[in-house]
Amino acid sequence: MTITSVTSLLAHADDNMVLAQRLGELISNAPELEIDIALGNTALDHLGVARALYIHAGDTEGTGRSEDDLAMFRTEREYTNLLLVEQPNGDFAHTMVRQLFFDAYQMELWRDLSTSSDTTLGGIAARALKEAAYHMRFSSGWVTRLGDGTEESHRRAQHGVNALWRYTSEMFEGEAEQYHPAWSTTIESVLIEAGLEPGADPYQRTGGRSGFHTEHLGFLLAEMQWMQRSYPGLAW
Amino acid sequence: MDAAELPGSGLVTATTISIVTARKVAASVVDPEIPVLTIDDLGILRSVVVGEGRVIVTITPTYSGCPAMRQMEDDIVTAFERIGVEGVEVVTVHFPAWSTDWISEDGQRKLRQFGIAPAVSPQDLTCPRCDASDPTMIARFGSTACKALMVCSSCGEPFDYLKPF
Repeated sequence: MTITSVTSLLAHADDNMVLAQRLGELISNAPELEIDIALGNTALDHLGVARALYIHAGDTEGTGRSEDDLAMFRTEREYTNLLLVEQPNGDFAHTMVRQLFFDAYQMELWRDLSTSSDTTLGGIAARALKEAAYHMRFSSGWVTRLGDGTEESHRRAQHGVNALWRYTSEMFEGEAEQYHPAWSTTIESVLIEAGLEPGADPYQRTGGRSGFHTEHLGFLLAEMQWMQRSYPGLAW
Repeated sequence: MDAAELPGSGLVTATTISIVTARKVAASVVDPEIPVLTIDDLGILRSVVVGEGRVIVTITPTYSGCPAMRQMEDDIVTAFERIGVEGVEVVTVHFPAWSTDWISEDGQRKLRQFGIAPAVSPQDLTCPRCDASDPTMIARFGSTACKALMVCSSCGEPFDYLKPF
């Protein structure tokens, strides 16, 4: 990749922004304190990646749009995040399966982009790669424990896999297809250890990268953006 | 400290400040979360340039999730304002990515004195209070994005461990 497209920077920024917002909803609501802190820290990492990418996208497009302009003043149709990350948290197993699917994808993405000739993107990716690995130890650990836990936790983890499987193909559209084999290998090994079956849903939902979202994103953005839209430029 | 560096002296400006002074001022800014460490100890201070009536400080962010980065940028500007130098520009450079290897030896020593085990590999990790080895991890995610929570196998005290990164 020689020229970084603003489109792809925004897509990756949006993925991280939306997931940060979703995980942020769990602060003070997680099953236990340590998990609460872990999810809050993970959300912060995603937010930090989103910020760096928004700033870089703004600099690259050269129109003077700031990180806040890009995060707070783009509409649902302009957001190009994956449908996976906008899905509601559901129960804890659901949240962890979503995180695992996304972490495994981001591992491949950042590993690839860390050698980008766009050195700013390369630096952001190199840092995010280490964080994705850290997040994945958490998500894969929990999916394994839940899948291999009680009958109830197994049922819920399997339900998470089944419900979210339809959003996995979208991660590998276009150039991202190169990440699919490694992702599949990683996910398969975690699911085997967890005693879970891969999803079998042949119906794959896509559209996020073109700005066509599930019904959930609008509500998320409404909550996230209302302050800036009501009081533009408001600062602490 | 030179008279020119005294707060409010107004003797230096972005035009007259020396590179040595500018470097010293920038390097004195501390991490708000770990106030024993300066940004120089952390290794995030990449360069200080003085020229054409401007001071430009270049830093590299640590962890993506570190909320202290923004604070440190503001603190750099404030540190210069305190000696009368206005309009300092803080530039963020992402490449190469920061690593805990960039923390100076002095920084690692200060961290340990502060009660935080520096980012050594897990097998070399010892308790900052009693130096015992083989602590147990309580939580992979600690009080901030950069730390994990450990407990000492000997003295039983919990302590923070800066994640090797």
